[in-house]
Amino acid sequence: MKKFNYLIFSVTLLAGAAANAQLRVEIAGVGNNQIPIAVAAFADESVAPAQISAIIKADLERSGVFKVIDAGVAIAETANVDLGQWKARGADALVVGSVQRLADGRFDVRYKLLDTIKSGQLSSLGQSALAKYTRLTAHKIADDIYEKLTGTRGAFATRIAYVNENRAAHDYRLEVADADGESVQVAVRSNEPIISPSWSPDGTKVAYVSFEKRKPVIYVQDLVTGGRKIVVNQKGSNSAPSWAPDGSKLAVALSKDGNTQVYGVNADGSGLRRLSNSSGIDTEPQYSADGQSIYFTSDRSGGPQIYKMSASGGNAARVTFKGNYNISPRVSSDGKTLAWISQRDGGYSLYAMDLASGQEQRLADAATEPSFSPNGKYIMYATKGGGRTALAVVSVDGRVKQRLTTQAGNIREPNWGPFMK
Amino acid sequence: MNIKRLAFIASGAALLTACSSPVKLNDTPVVEKTAAPVATAADPRDVRPVETGSVDPLNDPKGVLAKRSVYFDFDSYAVRADGKAVVENHSAYLNKNKTRKVLIQGNTDERGGTEYNLALGQKRAEAVRKSMTTLGVAEGQLEAVSLGEEKPKATGSSEEAWAENRRADIVY
Repeated sequence: MKKFNYLIFSVTLLAGAAANAQLRVEIAGVGNNQIPIAVAAFADESVAPAQISAIIKADLERSGVFKVIDAGVAIAETANVDLGQWKARGADALVVGSVQRLADGRFDVRYKLLDTIKSGQLSSLGQSALAKYTRLTAHKIADDIYEKLTGTRGAFATRIAYVNENRAAHDYRLEVADADGESVQVAVRSNEPIISPSWSPDGTKVAYVSFEKRKPVIYVQDLVTGGRKIVVNQKGSNSAPSWAPDGSKLAVALSKDGNTQVYGVNADGSGLRRLSNSSGIDTEPQYSADGQSIYFTSDRSGGPQIYKMSASGGNAARVTFKGNYNISPRVSSDGKTLAWISQRDGGYSLYAMDLASGQEQRLADAATEPSFSPNGKYIMYATKGGGRTALAVVSVDGRVKQRLTTQAGNIREPNWGPFMK
Repeated sequence: MNIKRLAFIASGAALLTACSSPVKLNDTPVVEKTAAPVATAADPRDVRPVETGSVDPLNDPKGVLAKRSVYFDFDSYAVRADGKAVVENHSAYLNKNKTRKVLIQGNTDERGGTEYNLALGQKRAEAVRKSMTTLGVAEGQLEAVSLGEEKPKATGSSEEAWAENRRADIVY
């Protein structure tokens, strides 16, 4: 049954993907209880550079939440629709819309979400977008559909940052793409490694670690202007930047005092202060959603385990206890779930823990560097296979998996960006 | 032609002054400063050696300082017996050459997480740094940093490649 689903979804998505796709999505399993939704082609959508309805369908399918029914026809949002007919075809909801080219060259995209069961309108949206933002408009419509039908804000219009590297060619790139891997933009190109990108909470900047000075140094780069500055370059190694939720400061890992320890620093590089205190390794700091705590990895008990301390430093409480290698803590935006990497039975797997109950679930194998979607529903991670590293996504309940693949090179160090206006 | 002649006259004059000098040559170095340098070459069969600067042992490809890597066992952050000589030789050089500074770059194999490996590589670099400090090298001459799993010397996922990459390099 699972194999069958996999085949169907792969085919649909490939058909819907843009011809110049840099990353490709494959779904290796779908959730139960999917919401059946019919998506019509948008009237006159061929005038826009991006095929709006195809992008919406791909987004909804990839989420695993929806069973998409291809309407087979174009239906404008102004048309009179016999909703009973769509209900009879098994759809709980219907998406219709249109695209119009405006005199100033922009595209006016309008859409309606119709409820076939209650026979009414659930939502509508009208947006004028520049040609290059028509894909984004489609993602925003998918976000609206997702939110109206699930109650959770959609994350299709968000972006991801990751490292695309070709070590043999000394080619390291920090790239930014849409959450579906499309619309790739190079933010940094270097001859030396780049690791640990971290989006600022407002989505305009990325902190990362660059090795261009023969050692790891932390930079913050304004994505819009391309301006960048060194935030921390202390003696020794400077790494693992993580933004506080209010964007005013970062937690970092520095070796200036010998072993790697967690420090806090203001976003402008001032006010450096030590937060953790152990005789071993303390690294990978991550602020909790409310900014009150910092989760981090420490080997103070022997092997690496995950700990939690106050954001102002001080005593730490151990969070993980099973297995002797637990690293890379990440907290969901609602503060309820911890995702991390655990080595058990030899391999490295992605786990999620309900922080209230301590209940653990294994979500994926051959996984490192997890990153939550801003709505907390998905986790992106790097996965090794066939000698290459690629990105994959799993739903936080473990039922839906996707893989983002590229033509060449290794794609790693994913960081899922925040919601943006 | 004119210049050569002038030069000969000048050196002849210098020789004459040197010969007629009432002061013993080895008594006063002050004379060397006031007189022309050739003044000391009184004996035409004397050979005055020229120093171009000593040969830096650091640049000798066959010297002990050519070895700049210290290897570590799996999951170990202690300098092995076979790495002690490397640490000692570079410490001795740095103690003799106080203006030289080194970067000690720690590395790990590819297994595990990026940032945790960076911290483990730091432990290796730190182990080498501490050994050198114990041997008297000044703190200011040493910086321990980590490249984690990012700059493997050996590619591939074999035991041999991993062993090659569990390493700290001394970089001048």
